[in-house]
Amino acid sequence: MAEITLVEGVTLALAHEMEADPTVVVFGEDVGVNGGVFRATAGLQQKFGDDRVLDTPLAEVMIAGMCVGMAAQGMKPVAEAQFEGFMYPMVDHIVNHAARLRHRTRGRMNCPVVFRAPWGGGIHAPEHHSDSNEATWAHFPGVRTVIPSSPSRAYGLLLAAIRDPDPVVFLEPKRIYRWQREEVEDNGEELPLDVCFVLRDGTDVTLVTWGAMVKETMEAAVELEKNGVSAEVIDVATVAPIDMETIVESVEKTGRCVIVHEAPKHCGVGGEIAAGLADKGIWHLKAPIKRVTGYDTVMPLYRSEMNYMPSTERIVHAANETLEFE
Amino acid sequence: MAATIASFKVDYFQFLDEEGRLADGAQIPALARDTRQLESLYRLMTLTRVFDKKAVALQRTGKLGTYASCLGHEAAHVAVGSAMREEDCFAPMYREYAAQFFRGVKMSDVLMYWGGDERGNDFSGPKHDFPWCVPIATQCLHAAGAALAYKLHGQPRVAVSVVGDGGSSKGDFLEAINAASAWKLPLVLVIVNNQWAISVPRSKQNSARTLAQKGIAGGLPSVQVDGNDLVASRWAMDKAIAAAREGRGASVVEMLTYRLSDHTTADDARRYREQDEVDTAWNKEPLTRLRNYLTDQGHWDQVKEEELLSESAERVNAAVAEYQDRIDNDPQPIDAMFNYMFKNLPHHLEEQREIARRFPARGGQH
Repeated sequence: MAEITLVEGVTLALAHEMEADPTVVVFGEDVGVNGGVFRATAGLQQKFGDDRVLDTPLAEVMIAGMCVGMAAQGMKPVAEAQFEGFMYPMVDHIVNHAARLRHRTRGRMNCPVVFRAPWGGGIHAPEHHSDSNEATWAHFPGVRTVIPSSPSRAYGLLLAAIRDPDPVVFLEPKRIYRWQREEVEDNGEELPLDVCFVLRDGTDVTLVTWGAMVKETMEAAVELEKNGVSAEVIDVATVAPIDMETIVESVEKTGRCVIVHEAPKHCGVGGEIAAGLADKGIWHLKAPIKRVTGYDTVMPLYRSEMNYMPSTERIVHAANETLEFE
Repeated sequence: MAATIASFKVDYFQFLDEEGRLADGAQIPALARDTRQLESLYRLMTLTRVFDKKAVALQRTGKLGTYASCLGHEAAHVAVGSAMREEDCFAPMYREYAAQFFRGVKMSDVLMYWGGDERGNDFSGPKHDFPWCVPIATQCLHAAGAALAYKLHGQPRVAVSVVGDGGSSKGDFLEAINAASAWKLPLVLVIVNNQWAISVPRSKQNSARTLAQKGIAGGLPSVQVDGNDLVASRWAMDKAIAAAREGRGASVVEMLTYRLSDHTTADDARRYREQDEVDTAWNKEPLTRLRNYLTDQGHWDQVKEEELLSESAERVNAAVAEYQDRIDNDPQPIDAMFNYMFKNLPHHLEEQREIARRFPARGGQH
């Protein structure tokens, strides 16, 4: 069994499903010979041919629109947007078409397409290459939004996303594309969508996060432990729809919750989780819910981006605030 | 050094003139001599016009929601639908009813859709045809995607999409041309140029001599025809579809017609266009000229015309009754709003469905 990175987990899942299902095609800019700017599709065109891995003209609207067309005619396209900041032109096709084709046609048609994109900040990329726009997709009915945070979850969740009969936006935290290696068996076993993963058991405070912030959140849990605080860490993974049950269950136990995300605070997914807790878990809360998020500013250019990104220190601070609340 | 390295021309075709007289010459398509087929297509054009008038009347009397009329487009739309095979894929905009009727969509399906019931989009006719597409020109890319799917699967199927003159300004249309050119897709993009994008006339949309030339810019063979001439429109469609099916790639057909109606029933075109222009356009409308031609050929007369009108009215009335009966006696349950969101309904939607069941709209559905 090979030890692989998160981005290699993506490649492995794509290769597995392309082998298993001839209707799966990879579709995007520079995904073919070049293997994608982050190498997520490296080697796939050589292995499966240029009628399975298609280099497209540079046109995001076209990528999204043609994927809707292909998916409606029995194919399973996996589209790649080169960076999340270039997904905005795709909104029309994702929201007006992919997300509602089943609904609009009373189930006559469906749209099994995956829109992949490297997502989030922290790699010193140029402008428009570092957004955390998961709330954009999470807001719209009819599309799932999935974010893996480890090599095995990248593999298992991407398999599930491709096999799902409905559209999935699959956001890949590029900052941790190569952060850790993990043994991942290429056994074709998918992981469930629509559920959270508890990464660390704890009893004093629940830290809820997803994507690359899993790294800082796990570090914060270790820091807290040094002071005798036992933190539970939950990776939400599917940010739409949210598995509130797992989060509420955890808060029933800990009574405290800190939500961590890189995206701006206002109307972020963290707000929805906090509202869900207020609705279903308020009697278990011993302290106000805290959110540690990116600021409601434009993502700064790279010299300042680490001032924007939530740090381990901010997470520990927020957790301590909930612990000190009387 | 200076040299002309590429030059282009756009050809225009009209075979039946405004009076219904056939042009001279050896180039006349065989369809012009096939009066039986012309008669059957004329019958569908007439049925569509009778249907359209009724649909507008239903909206005016509160029995239908906003409706997009197809008045004046009948030849173009019949040409598109009748040139296609069942296994081909149609990605319409939202007023190509005649094309869809030819493919088996029912008049009651159209009424269901504009009557505010999603079941209209689960229409009769080919299950692989796309539903009506309101966001403008996005359907061109869905057709391009379908065409790519057929090409990758080695199926001899063609995707056809219709866009308006207004929609031809959108990136989706231009990106579809580009993609079709890059992959040599079995695709036909039809611009039904009815001269008006709601209130913006063709002259203010851009200064290009034709809209067909947008296809040429992207590398596609493109032609302009008189879209009120069924013979020319159908001939252009036949050529374009044959090329696509035989692996020779995509093309663009611009059909010149005129929107004789308001944009939709929510619009009042008197605010922005002169009645003179509309009156002039009526002199070129597609039904009269085809009827004149068939009459001159000894294939049509007043008796047949009156029979056709009364038979069409009966069929339209039956469709209206079917629509009315379904919305009155078989409305969609509240659950339907939730049940088609995903194949596997997520938990939060189950919760919301419970709330919706408990709190149905007062007075029921409209």
